[in-house]
Amino acid sequence: MTALLSARGLKKSFGAVVAADDVTIEVPQGARVSLIGSNGAGKTTFVNMVTGYLKPDGGSIVLAGEDVTRRSPREITRLGVARSFQIPQLALEMDALDNVLVAASCRTGHPSFLQPAHASDRVDAAMALLQRFGLAEHAHRRAAELPGGVRKLLDIAMALTGSPKLLLLDEPTSGVSAEEKFPMMDTIVEALGSEVTVLFVEHDMEIVNRYAQRVVAFYSGRVIADDEPSAVLADPQVQRYVTGSSR
Amino acid sequence: MRRQVLPGVAAIVLLSAASFLMPRWLLFLSTMALSHGVVVLGIVLLMRGGVVSFGQGLVFAAGGYATALASNRLGITDVFALLALGGLAAAAITAPFAVLLSRYRAIFFAMLTLALSMVLYGVLVKTEALGGSDGFNVAKPTLFGRALGPDESAQALYVVGVVVVGVLGIAARIWFDSTRGLVTLAIRQNELRVEYLGASARRIIAGDFVVAGFLGGIGGALTVLSLGHIDPNFSFWTTSGEFVFAAILAGHHSVAAVFVASFLLEMVRSFSNLYFPNTWQLALGVFLLAVIRFLPDGVGSLWTRRRKRRQP
Repeated sequence: MTALLSARGLKKSFGAVVAADDVTIEVPQGARVSLIGSNGAGKTTFVNMVTGYLKPDGGSIVLAGEDVTRRSPREITRLGVARSFQIPQLALEMDALDNVLVAASCRTGHPSFLQPAHASDRVDAAMALLQRFGLAEHAHRRAAELPGGVRKLLDIAMALTGSPKLLLLDEPTSGVSAEEKFPMMDTIVEALGSEVTVLFVEHDMEIVNRYAQRVVAFYSGRVIADDEPSAVLADPQVQRYVTGSSR
Repeated sequence: MRRQVLPGVAAIVLLSAASFLMPRWLLFLSTMALSHGVVVLGIVLLMRGGVVSFGQGLVFAAGGYATALASNRLGITDVFALLALGGLAAAAITAPFAVLLSRYRAIFFAMLTLALSMVLYGVLVKTEALGGSDGFNVAKPTLFGRALGPDESAQALYVVGVVVVGVLGIAARIWFDSTRGLVTLAIRQNELRVEYLGASARRIIAGDFVVAGFLGGIGGALTVLSLGHIDPNFSFWTTSGEFVFAAILAGHHSVAAVFVASFLLEMVRSFSNLYFPNTWQLALGVFLLAVIRFLPDGVGSLWTRRRKRRQP
């Protein structure tokens, strides 16, 4: 498989704190890769560098053969990188349908005043996306009124508008109850299909073990393991610094 | 698009026809409501993106002075040309500031716009060539090459106002209902997400500021042509404050509400000025308090809320 994302030798420091220290990660097209690590290990810094919100001090990021290291976040978004958030970022006063329509409208970068937001083809496409995530019944409910799990799914559905090549999910199951997390991940994985390349930050090792095809473990700004889930989770360094010695 | 255009066209026809039944004082008051309403429409456009301009007096005055000077110095008399000129001049003045202002939000945006309008006020007061603090008079415009007599000018300007402002109102409704309008609302609620989705909140706010400037300039031009006079008070902070007052009264959901609010404000101001000449601001303040208490989303919420309830 060819690499969709190729990050090589990434370095990033905030004063004396080293958030990324020679981070090299290759993500093949269509892969589902989990990023694990304790708080401050460098996962979010990596995600922010890939999305363009942080400029690396050194190294390069290549997306589908194109160097995006110094590109602006919006340019990177337009090249096909989308993300969801640990705390869902929604327009809370709008209903779920309008949130998806906003996402679809933003994808071109220049929403037009001549394009009706609620044109039937746009609404149909948005409803189809909500349907894929099992959210159709919530389409006309205000985002502020939606339960936490539904908000998470809506946040991811919004990220999926415009058919991104690479989707970054920040802790997709955080704040979701133990009973809901597997059905929710099943819904996400089914909705994403096999074409979207997914990088997801996760602390729940059950989720990582079950849904990731590959795991990259971070510690202190460095990648300490990068392999299949069973191999990474059995790694002594990962057990010591990430999952805890009890595991 | 039919949903936005037909009610607007119907309103233009009805309000124009009503001019034959209206007394002169009501024609003038309604023209003022239209000219101020179109400035307020610009503020509402900005409010939908989460920013409020406390300095629309800047564009109101810019449009007004441009129109007055074009009439007096350049000899342009056609009412439509003068209105267009007022709008374009105000938009041209706002454009360089739009880039700077789009970096700011909340009170900083409001205060910077206020500062700009007061700078213009200061310049106008000190510029003798523009009449200083007294301002100067402006001749009545012509309509399709025909001079307007004193009796017909009030009605003609009212009908021109209805048509021009009505068309702008329809355009604003189309804008509000567009993908850009929806994204603007999303900026108000979650700017970070809009940026992550690939749109530039700053670019949208900057564009809205220029459009609001254009609308403000048209409002200033129509006011000058109706009053036949302009002075620096067009740019004074209390003038800007009244526009914000009307915008709060209108809410940000309905275009029609902008003109209803503007008309209500003109009525309350005129009648309270008539019956309580020294304390009319008190009546105005009580009126605004009542609106904020009972209609926090503005008068437009009276019908937009009901329409939402009817939706599935």
